Amino acid sequence: MKLAYYPGCSLDGSAIEYGLSTQRVASIMGVELKEIEDWNCCGATAGHNTDKLLSLALPARNLALAEKEGLDVLAPCAACYNRFKAAEHAVREDEELKAKIEHIIDMPYKASNNTVSVLEWLTDIGLDHIKKKVKNSLKGMKAACYYGCLLVRPSSHTGFDDPEDPRSMDEIVKALGAEAVDWAYKTECCGAALATSRPEIGSKMIYEVLRDAKEAGAECIVTACPLCMMNLDMRQGQVEKRFKEKFNLPVYYITELVAIACGDKPEEAGVNKHFVEAMSYLKELPAKAARIEEEEKAKEAAKKAKVKETSEESDDETKKKIDAMLKGLEKNPEKVVSKLLEDEEKVKILAEVIKEDEKKRVKLAEAMVTDKEKAAKMAEALVAGELKKRQKA
Amino acid sequence: MQKVARIGPPTEEENRLLSQLEKEAGTDIKLCYQCGKCSAGCPVGFAMDYTPRQVIRLLQLGLVDEALSAESIWLCATCETCSERCPRGVDIASLMDTLRREALRRGKITDKKVALFNKAFLDTVKKYGRSYETGILLYHNLATRQLFKDAELGLPMMKRGKVHPFPEKIKGRDKIQQIFKRAEEIGRE
Repeated sequence: MKLAYYPGCSLDGSAIEYGLSTQRVASIMGVELKEIEDWNCCGATAGHNTDKLLSLALPARNLALAEKEGLDVLAPCAACYNRFKAAEHAVREDEELKAKIEHIIDMPYKASNNTVSVLEWLTDIGLDHIKKKVKNSLKGMKAACYYGCLLVRPSSHTGFDDPEDPRSMDEIVKALGAEAVDWAYKTECCGAALATSRPEIGSKMIYEVLRDAKEAGAECIVTACPLCMMNLDMRQGQVEKRFKEKFNLPVYYITELVAIACGDKPEEAGVNKHFVEAMSYLKELPAKAARIEEEEKAKEAAKKAKVKETSEESDDETKKKIDAMLKGLEKNPEKVVSKLLEDEEKVKILAEVIKEDEKKRVKLAEAMVTDKEKAAKMAEALVAGELKKRQKA
Repeated sequence: MQKVARIGPPTEEENRLLSQLEKEAGTDIKLCYQCGKCSAGCPVGFAMDYTPRQVIRLLQLGLVDEALSAESIWLCATCETCSERCPRGVDIASLMDTLRREALRRGKITDKKVALFNKAFLDTVKKYGRSYETGILLYHNLATRQLFKDAELGLPMMKRGKVHPFPEKIKGRDKIQQIFKRAEEIGRE
């Protein structure tokens, strides 16, 4: 697999660990990444807020450069990915726009190549392939997989995963051995740049995401977007202060977790660069996994013991009941068999039969304890047999 | 926010502007039957003066000025939940984008902070070919007179090697300046 690589501005700066770990994952999985030469900023939200043509032309220049080399593009930043997809879509769907964009960037661009997100890329590599590379399972980790907005929306552009309940990241995290918790805010917006421009609104949105993850039982959050990371990780302290609630939720890039599960040290993947301390949770995992395994074993053993006990107990009890029934049949056969037969004559006959024949007595007692219906049939049959015998005699 | 008083069919001028907005947004506002699904799911709805549904209603009534003055259009985070969920296929997010740009063209900006942030961002892209986070934040703080906003995050960012003291510059900066120039020229046509 060979892809053109578009790091985008964040992966060189605030999301430096996302860049590091993406490169590590590529090397572990045997994927060649070729950085687009002299790439430019995609314009991000500021671009499409200001000028439509500019917002399509800025990503189109990068896409055209990759298209010249015949390569699909990996864009790990969710915001860049969204803008690349918008440019692709515009050029494919609108001839007039395509001509304008080609003129603006001064290059031919047909959108014959495709942009993929990190989630799409890892899914393409394959869960089985990833599982084979796992050396240090993340068992014990309880993760809330956070997709945010731009990785799955608009689905007409991305054509990947479910926009309401995406699962690709959950599957990857599970392939690494971790548990992916079920939660409601996996595609809810973190507020993006509102945390900077309108913090009173943005911090409320961040708070809601953190709160729902915690309530769902998550012990960490996993993301594939630098802006989500910045909001959930860097601003978690501000949010805790404002809402007077402690979360203490480490946040990881999905690529960091893949690299670490495949044998990298957490600091190699860049986890020591986070704001919410994220190293110790990873270090605690092996002990936690062992504890969980022990608990599971103990539970399993207890379950088995209980099944055995109850079956033994019931065996014992049945035996006791049969004995008691047998005694009753010996002492007062007519009274006991009258429970099975209504006809007084028949009761008398049956009483005589079982008085003389011990084998029949035992069988009838067993049936009366374990299966009443069977006992009733047996009683009728014994009486009928005895009557025949008497007729012959 | 002054609530709307005038009710009546849109004027010819308003209709012209409406079709221009619809074309740019690539969507048809007449399709909206006001079910409100967009607004129920909007994560910023709680802070808006007009919900997305109401913004569309203003446009349907031809009250373009009111829609352009809504603070909502600057609060929209472009998360695209509304467009994804609309049962009538109205691309509300794209419409919000278009309204922001129209408001900008008319200098009718309700939320100056967002507009200033965008300007700071694009200025660095135009100059260097890359966005320059440090420069954007400093400029934004200066322009909005909040010198020490987020200052507590600056040093930790530097310690983690997440801040470049100087902007990254690409070689083809002339190409990027040409892109800005041509996009503006064609946009004006």
